[in-house]
Amino acid sequence: MTTFTVNGRSHALALDPRTTLLDALRDHLNLTGTKKGCDHGQCGACTVLVNGVRVNSCLCLAAMHDGDEITTIEGLGSPDRLSALQAAFVEKDGYQCGYCTPGQIMSATALFEELKAGHPSYVSEGLDGATMSDAEIAERMSGNLCRCSAYPLIREAIAMAAEAEE
Amino acid sequence: MRPFDYERATSLHDASERMSDAAAIIAGGTNLLDLMKIQVMTPSRLVDISRLDGLDRIDDHDGGLRIGALVTNTALATDPRVRAGWPVLSRAILAGASAQIRNKATTGGNLLQRTRCPYFYDTAMACNKRAPGTGCSAQGGSGRMLALLGTSEDCLAAHPSDMAVALAVLGASVEITAPSGELRTLPVTQLYTLPGNRPDIETDLKQGEIITAVVLPAPRPGTAQTYRKVRDRASYAFALVSVAAVVLMDGDTIAEASLAFGGIAPRPWTDGSVNALLAGAEASDESFARAAAQLVPDSAPHPETEFKRPLLRRTLIATLREATGLAGRVDTARSL
Repeated sequence: MTTFTVNGRSHALALDPRTTLLDALRDHLNLTGTKKGCDHGQCGACTVLVNGVRVNSCLCLAAMHDGDEITTIEGLGSPDRLSALQAAFVEKDGYQCGYCTPGQIMSATALFEELKAGHPSYVSEGLDGATMSDAEIAERMSGNLCRCSAYPLIREAIAMAAEAEE
Repeated sequence: MRPFDYERATSLHDASERMSDAAAIIAGGTNLLDLMKIQVMTPSRLVDISRLDGLDRIDDHDGGLRIGALVTNTALATDPRVRAGWPVLSRAILAGASAQIRNKATTGGNLLQRTRCPYFYDTAMACNKRAPGTGCSAQGGSGRMLALLGTSEDCLAAHPSDMAVALAVLGASVEITAPSGELRTLPVTQLYTLPGNRPDIETDLKQGEIITAVVLPAPRPGTAQTYRKVRDRASYAFALVSVAAVVLMDGDTIAEASLAFGGIAPRPWTDGSVNALLAGAEASDESFARAAAQLVPDSAPHPETEFKRPLLRRTLIATLREATGLAGRVDTARSL
Protein backbone atom coordinates (compact mmCIF):
# COMPACT_ATOMS: atom_id res chain seq x y z
CA MET A 1 0.00 0.00 0.00
CA THR A 2 1.11 3.54 -0.76
CA THR A 3 -0.39 6.27 1.40
CA PHE A 4 -0.19 9.96 0.63
CA THR A 5 -2.21 13.10 1.15
CA VAL A 6 -3.71 14.88 -1.84
CA ASN A 7 -5.15 18.35 -1.31
CA GLY A 8 -5.52 17.62 2.41
CA ARG A 9 -7.20 14.21 2.04
CA SER A 10 -5.37 10.99 2.84
CA HIS A 11 -5.45 8.14 0.31
CA ALA A 12 -4.19 4.56 0.55
CA LEU A 13 -3.64 2.89 -2.83
CA ALA A 14 -2.50 -0.57 -3.90
CA LEU A 15 -0.52 0.15 -7.06
CA ASP A 16 1.65 -1.59 -9.63
CA PRO A 17 5.22 -0.36 -8.90
CA ARG A 18 5.28 1.16 -12.39
CA THR A 19 2.49 3.61 -11.56
CA THR A 20 3.64 7.21 -11.76
CA LEU A 21 2.30 9.83 -9.40
CA LEU A 22 0.60 11.34 -12.46
CA ASP A 23 -1.26 8.13 -13.28
CA ALA A 24 -2.16 7.57 -9.62
CA LEU A 25 -3.76 11.02 -9.50
CA ARG A 26 -5.61 10.74 -12.80
CA ASP A 27 -6.53 7.06 -13.06
CA HIS A 28 -6.85 6.02 -9.42
CA LEU A 29 -8.05 9.19 -7.68
CA ASN A 30 -9.92 10.63 -10.67
CA LEU A 31 -8.16 13.99 -10.23
CA THR A 32 -7.90 14.77 -13.93
CA GLY A 33 -6.95 18.43 -13.56
CA THR A 34 -3.30 17.35 -13.69
CA LYS A 35 -2.58 16.72 -17.38
CA LYS A 36 -0.46 14.15 -19.18
CA GLY A 37 1.35 15.92 -22.00
CA CYS A 38 4.65 14.34 -23.02
CA ASP A 39 4.99 11.90 -20.08
CA HIS A 40 8.76 12.53 -20.22
CA GLY A 41 9.30 15.65 -18.10
CA GLN A 42 9.68 17.92 -21.08
CA CYS A 43 6.36 19.82 -21.14
CA GLY A 44 5.38 20.52 -17.51
CA ALA A 45 1.64 19.83 -18.02
CA CYS A 46 1.79 17.34 -15.12
CA THR A 47 3.34 19.79 -12.62
CA VAL A 48 2.15 19.29 -9.02
CA LEU A 49 3.53 20.30 -5.64
CA VAL A 50 5.10 17.57 -3.51
CA ASN A 51 5.61 18.84 0.04
CA GLY A 52 5.24 22.36 -1.37
CA VAL A 53 7.83 21.94 -4.13
CA ARG A 54 7.00 21.77 -7.85
CA VAL A 55 7.88 18.56 -9.69
CA ASN A 56 6.89 16.72 -12.87
CA SER A 57 4.46 14.07 -11.58
CA CYS A 58 5.14 11.95 -14.69
CA LEU A 59 8.73 11.44 -13.48
CA CYS A 60 7.70 10.33 -9.98
CA LEU A 61 6.93 6.76 -9.01
CA ALA A 62 3.88 6.87 -6.75
CA ALA A 63 5.47 4.28 -4.46
CA MET A 64 8.36 6.66 -3.77
CA HIS A 65 5.96 9.27 -2.36
CA ASP A 66 4.59 7.31 0.57
CA GLY A 67 3.70 9.81 3.31
CA ASP A 68 4.11 12.88 1.11
CA GLU A 69 1.72 15.81 0.78
CA ILE A 70 0.61 16.43 -2.79
CA THR A 71 -1.16 19.55 -4.05
CA THR A 72 -2.86 19.55 -7.44
CA ILE A 73 -4.75 22.22 -9.35
CA GLU A 74 -7.94 20.98 -7.66
CA GLY A 75 -6.40 21.97 -4.32
CA LEU A 76 -5.62 25.58 -5.25
CA GLY A 77 -9.08 27.02 -5.67
CA SER A 78 -12.61 26.20 -6.73
CA PRO A 79 -14.80 27.70 -9.50
CA ASP A 80 -16.34 30.17 -7.05
CA ARG A 81 -13.13 30.80 -5.12
CA LEU A 82 -10.26 31.03 -7.59
CA SER A 83 -6.68 31.43 -6.43
CA ALA A 84 -5.07 34.76 -7.40
CA LEU A 85 -3.20 33.03 -10.22
CA GLN A 86 -6.28 31.23 -11.51
CA ALA A 87 -8.20 34.54 -11.55
CA ALA A 88 -5.31 36.26 -13.33
CA PHE A 89 -5.14 33.57 -16.05
CA VAL A 90 -8.89 34.08 -16.68
CA GLU A 91 -8.54 37.86 -16.62
CA LYS A 92 -5.54 37.92 -18.97
CA ASP A 93 -6.71 35.06 -21.20
CA GLY A 94 -3.45 33.24 -20.45
CA TYR A 95 -4.17 30.21 -22.64
CA GLN A 96 -5.75 29.11 -25.85
CA CYS A 97 -6.64 25.39 -25.68
CA GLY A 98 -6.07 25.29 -21.91
CA TYR A 99 -4.35 21.90 -21.75
CA CYS A 100 -1.10 23.24 -20.28
CA THR A 101 -2.89 25.67 -17.93
CA PRO A 102 -3.09 23.56 -14.75
CA GLY A 103 0.65 22.87 -15.01
CA GLN A 104 1.39 26.52 -15.73
CA ILE A 105 -0.58 27.62 -12.65
CA MET A 106 0.95 24.99 -10.35
CA SER A 107 4.41 25.97 -11.58
CA ALA A 108 3.75 29.70 -11.12
CA THR A 109 2.36 29.05 -7.63
CA ALA A 110 5.70 27.50 -6.68
CA LEU A 111 7.65 30.22 -8.52
CA PHE A 112 6.21 32.82 -6.10
CA GLU A 113 7.43 30.80 -3.12
CA GLU A 114 10.88 30.34 -4.67
CA LEU A 115 11.23 34.07 -5.27
CA LYS A 116 10.11 34.79 -1.70
CA ALA A 117 12.74 32.35 -0.45
CA GLY A 118 15.39 34.35 -2.36
CA HIS A 119 16.23 31.69 -4.93
CA PRO A 120 18.18 33.13 -7.88
CA SER A 121 17.78 31.94 -11.47
CA TYR A 122 20.24 31.66 -14.36
CA VAL A 123 19.20 35.15 -15.57
CA SER A 124 19.40 36.86 -12.16
CA GLU A 125 21.87 39.74 -11.98
CA GLY A 126 23.46 38.39 -8.80
CA LEU A 127 23.02 35.17 -6.85
CA ASP A 128 21.70 36.74 -3.63
CA GLY A 129 18.10 36.76 -4.86
CA ALA A 130 15.92 38.26 -7.54
CA THR A 131 12.89 40.44 -8.07
CA MET A 132 9.98 39.66 -10.36
CA SER A 133 10.52 40.71 -13.96
CA ASP A 134 9.44 39.49 -17.37
CA ALA A 135 12.85 37.88 -17.93
CA GLU A 136 12.71 36.12 -14.54
CA ILE A 137 9.21 34.80 -15.24
CA ALA A 138 10.24 33.51 -18.68
CA GLU A 139 13.31 31.74 -17.31
CA ARG A 140 11.57 30.28 -14.27
CA MET A 141 8.60 29.05 -16.33
CA SER A 142 10.72 27.40 -19.05
CA GLY A 143 9.75 23.94 -17.82
CA ASN A 144 6.16 24.58 -18.88
CA LEU A 145 5.53 24.52 -22.61
CA CYS A 146 2.44 25.97 -24.27
CA ARG A 147 1.79 24.39 -27.67
CA CYS A 148 -0.59 27.29 -28.53
CA SER A 149 2.26 29.68 -27.67
CA ALA A 150 0.20 31.86 -25.32
CA TYR A 151 3.45 32.78 -23.56
CA PRO A 152 3.06 36.60 -23.58
CA LEU A 153 -0.32 36.40 -21.84
CA ILE A 154 0.83 33.65 -19.47
CA ARG A 155 3.67 35.94 -18.38
CA GLU A 156 1.25 38.86 -18.03
CA ALA A 157 -1.10 36.77 -15.90
CA ILE A 158 1.76 35.74 -13.60
CA ALA A 159 2.97 39.34 -13.32
CA MET A 160 -0.59 40.47 -12.52
CA ALA A 161 -1.02 37.86 -9.79
CA ALA A 162 2.38 38.79 -8.36
CA GLU A 163 1.33 42.43 -8.15
CA ALA A 164 -1.99 41.48 -6.54
CA GLU A 165 -0.07 39.52 -3.91
CA GLU A 166 2.18 42.44 -2.94
CA MET B 1 7.84 0.31 -18.59
CA ARG B 2 8.88 -3.32 -18.20
CA PRO B 3 7.81 -4.84 -14.87
CA PHE B 4 10.27 -4.47 -11.99
CA ASP B 5 10.44 -5.11 -8.26
CA TYR B 6 10.52 -1.94 -6.21
CA GLU B 7 12.64 -2.20 -3.06
CA ARG B 8 13.37 0.52 -0.53
CA ALA B 9 16.93 0.24 0.80
CA THR B 10 17.25 0.43 4.58
CA SER B 11 20.95 1.37 4.56
CA LEU B 12 23.81 1.93 2.14
CA HIS B 13 25.04 -1.58 2.82
CA ASP B 14 21.57 -2.94 2.14
CA ALA B 15 21.44 -1.00 -1.14
CA SER B 16 24.83 -2.40 -2.23
CA GLU B 17 23.72 -5.93 -1.40
CA ARG B 18 20.61 -5.55 -3.52
CA MET B 19 22.61 -4.44 -6.58
CA SER B 20 23.27 -6.69 -9.56
CA ASP B 21 23.57 -6.30 -13.34
CA ALA B 22 19.76 -6.41 -13.51
CA ALA B 23 19.19 -3.83 -10.75
CA ALA B 24 19.32 -0.04 -10.82
CA ILE B 25 19.53 2.49 -8.04
CA ILE B 26 16.86 5.18 -8.06
CA ALA B 27 16.95 8.51 -6.21
CA GLY B 28 15.44 11.47 -8.09
CA GLY B 29 14.57 9.25 -11.04
CA THR B 30 14.23 12.13 -13.52
CA ASN B 31 16.48 10.47 -16.11
CA LEU B 32 16.10 6.80 -15.16
CA LEU B 33 12.28 6.73 -15.30
CA ASP B 34 12.35 8.53 -18.64
CA LEU B 35 14.73 5.86 -20.00
CA MET B 36 12.65 3.05 -18.48
CA LYS B 37 9.49 4.34 -20.16
CA ILE B 38 11.09 3.99 -23.59
CA GLN B 39 12.80 0.74 -22.56
CA VAL B 40 16.32 2.00 -23.13
CA MET B 41 16.91 0.88 -19.55
CA THR B 42 15.05 -2.20 -18.35
CA PRO B 43 16.11 -3.02 -14.78
CA SER B 44 14.17 -5.87 -13.19
CA ARG B 45 14.75 -4.36 -9.74
CA LEU B 46 14.74 -0.75 -8.57
CA VAL B 47 16.57 -0.03 -5.34
CA ASP B 48 15.25 3.20 -3.85
CA ILE B 49 17.91 5.05 -1.84
CA SER B 50 16.00 8.34 -1.68
CA ARG B 51 15.15 7.99 2.02
CA LEU B 52 18.56 6.97 3.35
CA ASP B 53 19.55 9.13 6.32
CA GLY B 54 22.28 11.75 6.09
CA LEU B 55 22.83 11.75 2.34
CA ASP B 56 20.76 14.89 1.79
CA ARG B 57 23.00 17.19 3.84
CA ILE B 58 25.64 19.74 2.85
CA ASP B 59 28.28 19.82 5.58
CA ASP B 60 31.32 22.02 6.14
CA HIS B 61 34.36 19.86 5.39
CA ASP B 62 38.09 20.75 5.46
CA GLY B 63 37.37 24.40 4.63
CA GLY B 64 35.15 23.32 1.76
CA LEU B 65 31.90 21.39 1.57
CA ARG B 66 30.81 17.77 1.57
CA ILE B 67 27.64 17.52 -0.52
CA GLY B 68 25.54 14.41 0.09
CA ALA B 69 24.62 12.46 -3.03
CA LEU B 70 20.90 12.98 -2.39
CA VAL B 71 21.11 16.79 -2.15
CA THR B 72 18.80 18.09 -4.88
CA ASN B 73 20.08 20.33 -7.65
CA THR B 74 17.89 23.14 -6.26
CA ALA B 75 19.17 22.72 -2.70
CA LEU B 76 22.77 22.80 -3.94
CA ALA B 77 22.34 25.79 -6.28
CA THR B 78 20.57 27.87 -3.61
CA ASP B 79 22.73 26.96 -0.61
CA PRO B 80 24.02 30.31 0.71
CA ARG B 81 27.56 28.91 1.12
CA VAL B 82 27.64 27.69 -2.50
CA ARG B 83 26.29 30.98 -3.84
CA ALA B 84 28.97 32.90 -1.97
CA GLY B 85 32.02 30.67 -2.28
CA TRP B 86 31.47 28.69 -5.49
CA PRO B 87 29.11 30.85 -7.60
CA VAL B 88 30.03 29.02 -10.82
CA LEU B 89 28.40 25.91 -9.37
CA SER B 90 25.13 27.71 -8.66
CA ARG B 91 25.12 29.26 -12.13
CA ALA B 92 25.85 25.98 -13.90
CA ILE B 93 23.11 24.09 -12.05
CA LEU B 94 20.62 26.92 -12.68
CA ALA B 95 21.55 26.78 -16.39
CA GLY B 96 20.39 23.18 -16.58
CA ALA B 97 16.96 21.56 -16.92
CA SER B 98 13.83 23.22 -15.47
CA ALA B 99 12.85 24.21 -11.94
CA GLN B 100 10.68 21.08 -11.68
CA ILE B 101 13.53 18.77 -12.68
CA ARG B 102 16.09 20.53 -10.46
CA ASN B 103 13.76 20.10 -7.47
CA LYS B 104 13.86 16.34 -7.93
CA ALA B 105 17.24 15.58 -9.53
CA THR B 106 20.04 14.70 -7.10
CA THR B 107 23.77 15.43 -7.05
CA GLY B 108 24.73 11.78 -7.55
CA GLY B 109 22.11 11.24 -10.21
CA ASN B 110 23.14 14.34 -12.11
CA LEU B 111 26.70 12.97 -12.36
CA LEU B 112 25.45 9.58 -13.54
CA GLN B 113 22.76 10.75 -15.98
CA ARG B 114 23.01 9.23 -19.42
CA THR B 115 23.79 10.93 -22.72
CA ARG B 116 20.94 12.54 -24.69
CA CYS B 117 22.34 11.23 -28.01
CA PRO B 118 19.16 10.58 -30.07
CA TYR B 119 20.52 7.23 -31.24
CA PHE B 120 20.98 6.06 -27.65
CA TYR B 121 17.32 6.97 -27.04
CA ASP B 122 15.94 5.22 -30.13
CA THR B 123 15.85 1.44 -29.63
CA ALA B 124 15.36 0.97 -33.40
CA MET B 125 18.85 2.40 -33.99
CA ALA B 126 22.27 0.83 -33.56
CA CYS B 127 24.05 2.07 -30.43
CA ASN B 128 27.20 0.60 -28.91
CA LYS B 129 26.44 2.31 -25.61
CA ARG B 130 22.93 0.87 -25.25
CA ALA B 131 23.56 -2.48 -26.98
CA PRO B 132 27.32 -3.20 -27.17
CA GLY B 133 28.55 -4.36 -30.56
CA THR B 134 25.56 -3.20 -32.59
CA GLY B 135 27.33 -0.23 -34.15
CA CYS B 136 26.79 3.53 -34.01
CA SER B 137 23.95 5.02 -36.03
CA ALA B 138 25.23 8.50 -35.23
CA GLN B 139 28.08 7.79 -37.69
CA GLY B 140 26.53 8.94 -40.95
CA GLY B 141 23.41 10.12 -39.11
CA SER B 142 22.52 13.57 -37.91
CA GLY B 143 24.60 14.92 -35.10
CA ARG B 144 24.04 18.44 -33.85
CA MET B 145 24.31 17.42 -30.17
CA LEU B 146 27.30 15.06 -30.56
CA ALA B 147 30.75 15.52 -29.03
CA LEU B 148 33.81 17.16 -30.55
CA LEU B 149 36.57 15.78 -28.31
CA GLY B 150 37.22 12.44 -26.62
CA THR B 151 35.07 10.42 -29.03
CA SER B 152 35.87 7.10 -30.70
CA GLU B 153 34.82 5.24 -33.86
CA ASP B 154 32.30 3.42 -31.70
CA CYS B 155 30.68 6.38 -29.94
CA LEU B 156 30.24 10.10 -30.57
CA ALA B 157 27.95 10.85 -27.60
CA ALA B 158 28.39 13.88 -25.33
CA HIS B 159 27.87 14.02 -21.56
CA PRO B 160 24.92 16.32 -20.90
CA SER B 161 25.57 17.65 -17.36
CA ASP B 162 26.12 21.34 -16.63
CA MET B 163 26.73 20.72 -12.91
CA ALA B 164 29.61 18.33 -13.64
CA VAL B 165 31.38 21.00 -15.72
CA ALA B 166 31.33 23.39 -12.76
CA LEU B 167 32.52 20.63 -10.41
CA ALA B 168 35.39 19.93 -12.82
CA VAL B 169 36.48 23.58 -12.97
CA LEU B 170 36.39 23.74 -9.16
CA GLY B 171 38.52 20.62 -8.71
CA ALA B 172 35.77 18.73 -6.87
CA SER B 173 36.04 15.04 -5.94
CA VAL B 174 33.51 12.26 -5.83
CA GLU B 175 33.25 10.11 -2.69
CA ILE B 176 32.44 6.52 -3.53
CA THR B 177 31.32 3.89 -1.00
CA ALA B 178 32.09 0.23 -1.70
CA PRO B 179 29.81 -2.61 -0.54
CA SER B 180 32.34 -3.24 2.27
CA GLY B 181 31.73 0.30 3.51
CA GLU B 182 35.21 1.40 2.43
CA LEU B 183 35.44 4.90 0.94
CA ARG B 184 37.50 6.09 -2.00
CA THR B 185 37.57 9.47 -3.69
CA LEU B 186 38.19 10.39 -7.30
CA PRO B 187 38.47 13.79 -8.96
CA VAL B 188 35.23 14.39 -10.87
CA THR B 189 37.19 14.43 -14.13
CA GLN B 190 38.46 10.91 -13.40
CA LEU B 191 35.03 9.50 -12.58
CA TYR B 192 34.31 9.18 -16.30
CA THR B 193 36.01 6.86 -18.77
CA LEU B 194 36.31 7.75 -22.45
CA PRO B 195 34.29 5.51 -24.79
CA GLY B 196 37.10 3.81 -26.75
CA ASN B 197 35.71 0.47 -27.91
CA ARG B 198 33.52 0.08 -24.79
CA PRO B 199 31.12 3.04 -24.78
CA ASP B 200 28.74 1.02 -22.58
CA ILE B 201 31.24 1.54 -19.74
CA GLU B 202 30.93 5.18 -18.71
CA THR B 203 32.49 5.49 -15.27
CA ASP B 204 35.11 4.01 -13.00
CA LEU B 205 32.38 2.70 -10.63
CA LYS B 206 32.53 -1.01 -9.80
CA GLN B 207 29.63 -3.34 -9.08
CA GLY B 208 27.86 -2.30 -5.88
CA GLU B 209 29.75 0.97 -5.49
CA ILE B 210 27.58 3.99 -4.76
CA ILE B 211 28.42 7.70 -5.06
CA THR B 212 27.71 9.02 -1.57
CA ALA B 213 29.02 12.59 -1.76
CA VAL B 214 30.80 15.26 -3.74
CA VAL B 215 33.58 17.14 -1.98
CA LEU B 216 34.32 20.76 -2.84
CA PRO B 217 37.77 22.13 -1.94
CA ALA B 218 38.01 25.41 0.00
CA PRO B 219 36.64 28.45 -1.83
CA ARG B 220 38.93 30.91 -3.65
CA PRO B 221 37.72 34.35 -2.56
CA GLY B 222 38.30 37.03 -5.16
CA THR B 223 38.19 34.73 -8.16
CA ALA B 224 35.87 35.72 -11.00
CA GLN B 225 33.56 32.83 -11.80
CA THR B 226 31.23 32.34 -14.72
CA TYR B 227 29.33 29.67 -16.61
CA ARG B 228 28.42 30.50 -20.19
CA LYS B 229 26.07 28.12 -21.97
CA VAL B 230 25.17 28.20 -25.66
CA ARG B 231 22.06 26.27 -26.64
CA ASP B 232 19.31 26.06 -29.25
CA ARG B 233 16.74 27.84 -27.08
CA ALA B 234 17.08 30.40 -24.33
CA SER B 235 16.26 28.00 -21.50
CA TYR B 236 15.58 24.33 -20.79
CA ALA B 237 17.89 22.91 -23.46
CA PHE B 238 21.15 20.98 -23.31
CA ALA B 239 24.40 22.75 -24.10
CA LEU B 240 25.78 22.82 -27.60
CA VAL B 241 28.88 24.27 -25.97
CA SER B 242 29.41 25.54 -22.44
CA VAL B 243 32.42 27.06 -20.69
CA ALA B 244 33.01 27.30 -16.95
CA ALA B 245 35.76 29.65 -15.83
CA VAL B 246 37.44 30.48 -12.52
CA VAL B 247 39.95 33.29 -13.01
CA LEU B 248 42.20 35.16 -10.60
CA MET B 249 43.51 38.48 -11.91
CA ASP B 250 46.61 40.44 -10.91
CA GLY B 251 46.05 43.88 -12.43
CA ASP B 252 45.76 43.34 -16.20
CA THR B 253 47.44 39.97 -15.98
CA ILE B 254 45.78 36.59 -15.52
CA ALA B 255 47.36 35.14 -12.38
CA GLU B 256 45.50 31.82 -12.65
CA ALA B 257 42.81 30.43 -14.90
CA SER B 258 40.87 27.19 -14.61
CA LEU B 259 38.51 26.22 -17.43
CA ALA B 260 36.14 23.34 -18.08
CA PHE B 261 33.87 22.66 -21.03
CA GLY B 262 30.47 21.03 -21.53
CA GLY B 263 28.50 19.77 -24.51
CA ILE B 264 31.65 18.83 -26.41
CA ALA B 265 32.89 15.56 -24.90
CA PRO B 266 31.83 12.30 -23.23
CA ARG B 267 32.81 13.85 -19.89
CA PRO B 268 33.24 17.36 -18.51
CA TRP B 269 36.31 18.37 -20.52
CA THR B 270 39.41 19.96 -19.04
CA ASP B 271 42.75 20.72 -20.68
CA GLY B 272 45.62 21.68 -18.39
CA SER B 273 47.67 23.03 -21.30
CA VAL B 274 45.01 25.69 -21.95
CA ASN B 275 45.03 26.78 -18.29
CA ALA B 276 48.85 26.86 -18.37
CA LEU B 277 48.87 29.04 -21.49
CA LEU B 278 46.65 31.60 -19.77
CA ALA B 279 48.52 31.74 -16.44
CA GLY B 280 50.68 34.87 -16.48
CA ALA B 281 49.26 36.08 -19.80
CA GLU B 282 47.92 39.55 -20.36
CA ALA B 283 44.12 39.71 -20.47
CA SER B 284 43.71 40.41 -24.17
CA ASP B 285 41.93 39.00 -27.20
CA GLU B 286 45.33 37.77 -28.48
CA SER B 287 45.87 35.68 -25.32
CA PHE B 288 42.33 34.34 -25.52
CA ALA B 289 42.74 33.41 -29.20
CA ARG B 290 45.93 31.49 -28.34
CA ALA B 291 44.07 29.57 -25.64
CA ALA B 292 41.27 28.76 -28.07
CA ALA B 293 43.73 27.55 -30.70
CA GLN B 294 45.25 25.24 -28.10
CA LEU B 295 41.84 23.79 -27.18
CA VAL B 296 39.84 23.51 -30.40
CA PRO B 297 40.67 20.43 -32.52
CA ASP B 298 41.64 20.78 -36.20
CA SER B 299 38.69 18.75 -37.38
CA ALA B 300 35.34 17.49 -36.10
CA PRO B 301 34.59 13.75 -35.73
CA HIS B 302 31.19 14.22 -37.43
CA PRO B 303 30.35 16.68 -40.23
CA GLU B 304 27.43 18.09 -38.26
CA THR B 305 29.61 19.02 -35.28
CA GLU B 306 31.95 21.04 -37.51
CA PHE B 307 30.02 24.16 -36.38
CA LYS B 308 31.07 23.48 -32.79
CA ARG B 309 34.71 24.28 -33.62
CA PRO B 310 34.12 28.02 -34.27
CA LEU B 311 31.37 28.03 -31.65
CA LEU B 312 33.73 26.66 -29.00
CA ARG B 313 36.45 29.15 -29.96
CA ARG B 314 34.09 32.11 -29.79
CA THR B 315 32.40 30.97 -26.57
CA LEU B 316 35.78 30.50 -24.89
CA ILE B 317 36.92 33.96 -25.96
CA ALA B 318 33.63 35.57 -24.84
CA THR B 319 33.84 33.78 -21.48
CA LEU B 320 37.43 34.91 -20.92
CA ARG B 321 36.50 38.50 -21.78
CA GLU B 322 33.88 38.34 -19.04
CA ALA B 323 36.02 36.52 -16.50
CA THR B 324 38.93 38.96 -16.90
CA GLY B 325 36.72 42.03 -16.65
CA LEU B 326 37.03 43.15 -20.29
CA ALA B 327 33.29 42.79 -20.93
CA GLY B 328 30.01 41.99 -19.23
CA ARG B 329 29.71 40.89 -15.63
CA VAL B 330 30.60 37.84 -13.56
CA ASP B 331 30.11 36.55 -10.04
CA THR B 332 33.01 36.99 -7.65
CA ALA B 333 33.67 34.30 -5.05
CA ARG B 334 33.50 35.50 -1.45
CA SER B 335 34.84 33.99 1.74
CA LEU B 336 32.23 32.09 3.74
